[in-house]
Amino acid sequence: MIRIRGGCIVDPANGVDGEVRDLWIQGGRIVAPPSPPVSEAEVLDAEGMVVLPGGVDLHSHVAGGKENMGRKLRPEDHREHVRPREGSLRSGSGFTVPSVFLSGYLYAEMGYTTVMEAASAPLFARHAQEELEDLPMVDKGLFITLGNNHFVLECLARGEEELLRNYVAWLLRATGAYAAKVVNPGGVENWKWGRNVSSLDEEVLSFGVTPRKILSGLAESVRKLGLPHPLHVHGINLGQARSAGTTVDTVKTLDGLGGHLCHLQFLSYEEAGEGSSLFRSAASRVATALEATTLSLDVGQIVFGGATTMTSDGPLEYALHRLTGAKWINDDVEGEGGGGVLPLSYDRRSRLSAEQWITGLELFLLLRDPWRLALTTDHPNGGPFFCYPQIMRLLMDRSYREEVIATLPPKVRSGALLPSLDREYSLSEIAVITRAAPARILGLRNKGHLGIGADADVALYDRVFTDGTPCRCAKYPSCRRALSRVRHLVKGGEVVIRDGKIVKEVSGRRLCVVPPFDESLEPRLRKQFSETYSVAFENYALEEGEFPHREVVPCSKT
Amino acid sequence: MTERTEHVTCTFCGCLCDDITVEHEDGRISSVSRACPNGRAHFLDYAPAPRLPRIRGEEASWEEALAEATRILNAARSPLLYGLSSASTEAIRKAVSLADRLGAFVDSTSSVCHGPTGLAMQAVGEPTCTLGEVRSRADLLLFWGCNPAASHPRHFARYSTTAKGRFVPEGRKGRTVIFVDVRLTPGARSADLFLRVDPGCDFEVLTTLRALVREKPLREQEGVCLGGVSLGVLRDVATRLKSCRYGVAFMGMGLTMTRGRDVNVAELFRLVAELNTYTRFSVIPMRGHGNVTGADQVLTWQSGFPFAVSYARGYPRYGPGEFTAVDLLRRGDADAALILASDPAAHFPSRAAARLASIPTVVLDPEESLTARGATVWLPTGKAGIDVPGSAYRMDGVPLRLRPFLAPRRPSDEEILGRLLEEVTP
Ligand code: SF4
Ligand SMILES: [Zn+2]
Repeated sequence: MIRIRGGCIVDPANGVDGEVRDLWIQGGRIVAPPSPPVSEAEVLDAEGMVVLPGGVDLHSHVAGGKENMGRKLRPEDHREHVRPREGSLRSGSGFTVPSVFLSGYLYAEMGYTTVMEAASAPLFARHAQEELEDLPMVDKGLFITLGNNHFVLECLARGEEELLRNYVAWLLRATGAYAAKVVNPGGVENWKWGRNVSSLDEEVLSFGVTPRKILSGLAESVRKLGLPHPLHVHGINLGQARSAGTTVDTVKTLDGLGGHLCHLQFLSYEEAGEGSSLFRSAASRVATALEATTLSLDVGQIVFGGATTMTSDGPLEYALHRLTGAKWINDDVEGEGGGGVLPLSYDRRSRLSAEQWITGLELFLLLRDPWRLALTTDHPNGGPFFCYPQIMRLLMDRSYREEVIATLPPKVRSGALLPSLDREYSLSEIAVITRAAPARILGLRNKGHLGIGADADVALYDRVFTDGTPCRCAKYPSCRRALSRVRHLVKGGEVVIRDGKIVKEVSGRRLCVVPPFDESLEPRLRKQFSETYSVAFENYALEEGEFPHREVVPCSKT
Repeated sequence: MTERTEHVTCTFCGCLCDDITVEHEDGRISSVSRACPNGRAHFLDYAPAPRLPRIRGEEASWEEALAEATRILNAARSPLLYGLSSASTEAIRKAVSLADRLGAFVDSTSSVCHGPTGLAMQAVGEPTCTLGEVRSRADLLLFWGCNPAASHPRHFARYSTTAKGRFVPEGRKGRTVIFVDVRLTPGARSADLFLRVDPGCDFEVLTTLRALVREKPLREQEGVCLGGVSLGVLRDVATRLKSCRYGVAFMGMGLTMTRGRDVNVAELFRLVAELNTYTRFSVIPMRGHGNVTGADQVLTWQSGFPFAVSYARGYPRYGPGEFTAVDLLRRGDADAALILASDPAAHFPSRAAARLASIPTVVLDPEESLTARGATVWLPTGKAGIDVPGSAYRMDGVPLRLRPFLAPRRPSDEEILGRLLEEVTP
């Protein structure tokens, strides 16, 4: 039993905001204070500290085929950023694309205990899972891409809804995945013939379906399967001046069906003016459309400095290559999708970068309900995940925000809404968008809060509070640093960081879903395999037991 | 009683054909179908013997051999871990962990085959695709400096020239096949077009081709080397490359191990990237060993770098030409070596091989290779995909599960490396 003594608890999911009391942990869970009090409990002195649930990152590219291509592509990213081996911990290297052990340590040191790998083609799921096994300290799950999958497109073209649902269930199980995702639905298939899609009603070449049909069909399947997380959507036209229009259309299409719109900052732009080649923020348009629905989003905020873009959106990476001339990786994946990798850096003097930065912050500040929003940088697309504390400060501290705004190009500043937004996030709201909301959006009932029965993932930060009351970050200049690094971290009921040092490496659990499916699917699957795949049907699915530390998260229908 | 196992994966080459049927009886493989001659030998020649390790040629118990291996690794000041590419991914993960713990150098056979391909990728990127995409879509195939008929015999039928796919239902008739090489290989003989390049002139030909693709005005000039290919022929090739629907280039050691090396490969990768202005084009390096791609992958996800890594300072550093095994040995830098599933004694240049013979070596290998025979400690291990489980990455990065179909009679590399990891002192 562990007793976290005298910390100031911020647990918005349970309506707790700055209450000084003890927290008790047993068997990996938060438990009620024992009565009579036990004396043999291990005590973690939390006096003067703020106690938050472990952070939950619902969209990050940390492990798998693309990530590793990014690492391999960029020795220049790693050379100056190394971490020596310490005791039984592993060494590592990398800045925007850190090696996998290093990524786990950095997440833990920031107080994060759950991370979702945001995209793998199902064919590469085994790779992602093997890497995730080497990602220490955090519980993890995998999203698989379905929006350009031939089987899906064919089911939709023929109106075979039940077959589609069955297939989605089978594929999630076969890959040990947690959630279903679409990336540029139809656009990646078209890219294999050198094209893309620019509206939701454009045709997917030789399949006779449209992006709209893919979105609604898959969102419906996911909903009917009762998966804990709704369809995870990376829409069309990402990074382009027309993206806000298609995002609003996507929001309307998904309304009622459910969906999570990821890194929405990258999809909330409009033309800067008639015929202009530049874009500007359309965050208010997008926020207004979202307010009318129950859909959730994560922001994908950019951070000024180096980044590595990696997405399953092949044509997007090619467009970036044409734009910047930077070294470019593309990977077309048979029957399923594709993707690419490209180094990029965001410069505050660049109008484009400045607009992107503004768009993200406007989304954060305009959307009134923090419970539908998660903080992400779409790591490493918008910047590395360890920059989250910098974003927290931008949200909490208006004067700091103004300082940064003042460094942006005057043309961008003068037209923007952002300088007029005076909202400041409270610490409790930060806890919502980094813990409670992402856990809720993911459907992880035991995460993101500190109520009885919750997973004992607890992050203790130093001195965020001055006098036992919730402190407004703006009044507390060292807050950004405080939230950058935990003093202590409890993961799954074990103290893994003590006084800022990792004292125990844990492997973390693999979160997955096992929706029911009907075997009648098999003949069609076999046909699909012989027509499309270069691997045998028999060798495709991950075997049960191939990966340890599995935890099945129930579907609402099972 | 004869048992049949279907959908077995052959790990002999980077094709990782996963459609092999194997018949076996009392732990012996009696027949293999669908594999190429290389693959048949891979299965049929497998004998799980000897069962026990050897220390300096003398049979020893596993405990004695592990103790001796531990002693060697602990005594070394700068040990080298080399090989990896015929081992399972799980074994490679353990091997890299061991290198990290020991502060060792770690390098894979990549450094003597496709190391330059990795350098080219790091310089200019790499537009690529999976082999199933080749089968489904490619209407133009360009083979440069590789001889799949010998090195990857089933490549043509399963993935490329003669395979039939969704958008190329006619198979071979629906594809234009171009070979570029210094000699006419069997595959080149059945190509639609064969370009014989003068040895060492690939870069010149590639550069010219790039210029032609971009429609730079060029004319034949006295004394200007075109590598033995006429401008007219190259014009024709450039036109074909630009006008196909989905092209794929395959490249091999004819580019990586001849004059220019990574510069040759980078030029091809640039050409492929630029062709995407006109059509879709990808490139797939013809990786040799069954899991050499997995060796790159694991080293990259654990250290950040694909090969030629030094952990000597306690963190990973990358040094092709410096921490590559041949260069280390040539300089006399490694004072002990652990060799995992490869045969450098047979394949390294003589100075490097001589150095290797003069230092204590621990060898994990199912077969009694030349390196195993000369080892201080030879630990004969099981073979992933035959009698121990594991996974491997195909040349296009597709990971496959290797399921054993024979009962294990020797420990796996993974188990042995796991033991060493516990025993060595960091
Ligand atoms: S082509 Fe390669 S993988 Fe396929 S059977 Fe032959 S040796 Fe084995
Ligand atoms: Zn993403």
